[in-house]
Amino acid sequence: MTDQAVVEKIKAKFSSSVLEVKEHRGETTVTVAKDDIVAICTFCKEELGFNMLADLCAVDGLDMGLDPRFLVVYNLYNLTSKTRLRLKAPVGADDARIDTVCGVWGAANWMERECWDLSGITFNNHPDPRRILMPDDWEGHPLRKDYPVQGPDREPYQGRTV
Amino acid sequence: MATTTETMTINMGPQHPSTHGVLRLVLELDGEQIVKAVPHIGYLHRGVEKLAESRTYHQALPLTDRLDYLAPMSNNLGYVLAVEKLLGITDEIPERAKVVRVLMAELTRIKSHLVWLATHALDIGAMTVFIYCFRERERVMDMYEQISGARMTSNYFRVGGLSADLPEGIEKDMREFAIEMPEHVDMYEGLLTGNKIWQKRIIGVGEISGEEAIDIGLTGPSLRGSGVDWDLRRDNPYSGYEEYDFNVPVRNECDTWARYKVRLDEIRESSKLVIQALDKLKPGPILADVPKVCLPPKQDVVNTIEGLIHHFKIISEGFKPEPGEVYVGIEAPKGELGFYLVSDGGPRPYRMKIRPPSLLNLQALPQMAEGRMLADLVAIIGTLDIVLGDIDR
Repeated sequence: MTDQAVVEKIKAKFSSSVLEVKEHRGETTVTVAKDDIVAICTFCKEELGFNMLADLCAVDGLDMGLDPRFLVVYNLYNLTSKTRLRLKAPVGADDARIDTVCGVWGAANWMERECWDLSGITFNNHPDPRRILMPDDWEGHPLRKDYPVQGPDREPYQGRTV
Repeated sequence: MATTTETMTINMGPQHPSTHGVLRLVLELDGEQIVKAVPHIGYLHRGVEKLAESRTYHQALPLTDRLDYLAPMSNNLGYVLAVEKLLGITDEIPERAKVVRVLMAELTRIKSHLVWLATHALDIGAMTVFIYCFRERERVMDMYEQISGARMTSNYFRVGGLSADLPEGIEKDMREFAIEMPEHVDMYEGLLTGNKIWQKRIIGVGEISGEEAIDIGLTGPSLRGSGVDWDLRRDNPYSGYEEYDFNVPVRNECDTWARYKVRLDEIRESSKLVIQALDKLKPGPILADVPKVCLPPKQDVVNTIEGLIHHFKIISEGFKPEPGEVYVGIEAPKGELGFYLVSDGGPRPYRMKIRPPSLLNLQALPQMAEGRMLADLVAIIGTLDIVLGDIDR
């Protein structure tokens, strides 16, 4: 199935949820409404054959002026047709939450934990919503653009002063 | 009198030698049987993704060496391929650079698998293999040193090609090594494969079906040991892999034994690939002719003002890919290593997300271990071939 055929099928099934379709360097990205993410992912897996969740992460659009601020990105892979597809779901800063897709792909479990830990996106109904890379009592989410590179409570190095 | 039994919770690692430094497993045991295993992946966290977002694309390259530190050139390769795709210069890469990349990626696979076999066997109690594997690995490390100047953090590939050409005479060493390597693998097999203790420790241990493996995100030899015939080198070829003749080893036993056999066969296949790459290696440029991205030749930098300005601008400002996003996955020794890059049109990656194979492979550990005996857990950790630097970026 070509990328275009895949996109048409998603559009036919979820016409009101598909917000944007983009192609860049031969890769197709479908932006969808976050409310339907589980249904769309289930459709992609069961009807379109995207049986592997290759990767999941969030992009903080603060410095790009994105509104809503976050994008949750799903890189999918179809092992039979050997094709990839990227889904994106915008998530607002005030309500940075989206439903978990752990029920669709088991692989999402740790990926969503990491996404919560580092980017601060809450995954509704996640079976194990703990931090994974940072300590449990850590404050803040390091991969947010407003989180300092040098870490909290430290001034950036200013060079030699003497 | 009736007796009651209780389960006991214990920590395994991070001090246990099989847990590779920072991995801690909280185990709930019923006698010696594992009821529940919860991995805690430690605080090695170096913030590679965050750091990359504050550096230019070139400056981010050395960070990738330090992900899976047993396979630095594979990490370099995944990253440069992603940046090249983002820039749209994939077709500009010179033939020689592509062949050398394959050559180094396959030597790296051999090197990585040798450490896996050495430590896996040692964990289970076979020490001789450890010494032999490190003897062979040392030869690849020597080649690394001659080629890149470093034994571990090679930083050898560049966006557009390579940092330098191969040193004179190294091709002969590589060919000798690749010809000898299958014999060494036969010797490792002679020590282990027919060994009753080895068989008892790994056959039927850590079983996971193909369907479960895909669901949980297993990739690489761990997936192929579960009967899933999938290899990115063949299925989504990159760097000219479509021009090589190699087999993808697959086993259907779905256990530690299957993964052991798959990796050994992969070393044999990689040796074949090294020889093929050496046969293909022809003189030619090693860096793409893309002046806005690749540094000019050194003689231009020292002899012409234009060359000097160009060099200065690329070093100080970097290059600016047009806004967009790409995901590139490669078949690293441990599985799919993916780089998802987002460009906002600036000189630094706006977002760099690494898809590490070890993280997803480790996620399968509880599934593989629960219900097994405590002693099996050591074999299961070993069979996943985890590297904590890859997991806890």
